[in-house]
Amino acid sequence: MEVTANTAAENEELWGGGNRPLKASYGKLMMWFFIVSDALTFTGFLVSYGFSRFKNINSWPIADEVFTHFPFLHGIDAPMYYVALMTFILIFSSVTMVLAVDAGHHMQKSKVTFYMLLTIIGGAIFVGSQAWEWKNFIKGEYGALETRGGQILQFVDASSGKRAAIQEFAIGIETDRSTHQSSNGIWYSSEKALPTVTLEEVKKGFIADENLVIRTQQLNEKGQKTVLSRAASMGKLNEAIGVVEGANLIHNEYGNRLFADFFFFITGFHGFHVFSGVVINIIIFFNVILGTYERRGHYEMVEKVGLYWHFVDLVWVFVFTFFYLV
Amino acid sequence: MAAEGHKLAIFRGLLKFKSNQQKIWGVLIFLSIVTTIEVALGIIKPEILMVPFLRMKLLNWIFIILTIVKAYYIAWDFMHIRDETSGLKNSIVLPLLILIPYLAFILIIEADYIFDVMDTGFMSWNF
Repeated sequence: MEVTANTAAENEELWGGGNRPLKASYGKLMMWFFIVSDALTFTGFLVSYGFSRFKNINSWPIADEVFTHFPFLHGIDAPMYYVALMTFILIFSSVTMVLAVDAGHHMQKSKVTFYMLLTIIGGAIFVGSQAWEWKNFIKGEYGALETRGGQILQFVDASSGKRAAIQEFAIGIETDRSTHQSSNGIWYSSEKALPTVTLEEVKKGFIADENLVIRTQQLNEKGQKTVLSRAASMGKLNEAIGVVEGANLIHNEYGNRLFADFFFFITGFHGFHVFSGVVINIIIFFNVILGTYERRGHYEMVEKVGLYWHFVDLVWVFVFTFFYLV
Repeated sequence: MAAEGHKLAIFRGLLKFKSNQQKIWGVLIFLSIVTTIEVALGIIKPEILMVPFLRMKLLNWIFIILTIVKAYYIAWDFMHIRDETSGLKNSIVLPLLILIPYLAFILIIEADYIFDVMDTGFMSWNF
């Protein structure tokens, strides 16, 4: 009799949700659900990046030549150092987060507060760094010409082997063409700012300087961009239909347009994750200060946002590899 | 997971830490070393590692492996997967471990095919 009754009670508990086979709370499981699905979203992005890259494997831009800036070091070629710094900042903010979680386990409110603050600062620095990286990418450095087929023609000084900026060698031609404003046009239409130099000016400057040659998107056997001879460059010049300065979703002076599209999309989506992570961290930070979790008796909320924060770090590790290293 | 229920050994028990905080700093040092190696290799680009291997440069394979190593320690020690039950651990890791390589594999094979078509086809992509 009593045995039967006990079984009934156990079954009731099992189906009522009292049984916790995974030994994790509802909130934490849901965070893991989210992370697994979000990981698959990022997988989709990064794999489609890989798809485009393998599709254009012999003409893809070289990351070391695109991301060469470092704050306060103007004109110095510093590939990778800046992203490496960003990676260290994010890993370090991950560490302060896990220290906050650990302090939460020991119910040390002041320590949780301090480490959460460091995490928020680290995240904010990272988002700011990413904004700076975007600014440099959008602004561009040397400029290029684009052909009808969307190929990018860059310029190299044959004597020094260094890249030549179109703004520097172009020779000015007097023209009445100016940016069309909505205030003086019909139907209130306007256009984007014109490039600082026109195609004709670049062509004139190129013909005048015997040292300049064209560099195409194609990679040679050594994995470097193909540099044409002066004669071949002169022929190639006539195929150009427009000037490209910097990068946006349609034109990209660094090479394949898809490179810029994926750069904006993937680092943008990741940056948005970091930004929302910072916002969530701030909310939890104030809750910690107010003593919400002290009264609740546990700091599991810190652990849950911690999971999200580490995930953002984890994604960056992959973005770093596939955009900057490989 | 109990407050004191952390597993404190990493590298298959090779390195044991006295407290969870110590383990966190230890993992940070390890991740920093790996990142430094990656960046140094990326800047130096040693000639011996630039040889093709399985249709990619050997250096790129090294980068990908080091990345997965980093991902493992972030997930296992920072996200505490090491301390979770095997059921939870597997239900998080297995779907990703199966789906991600599968998706990458089929799409990259397809991309390689499209590259061949564009490379050897009669269409000019550079006009």
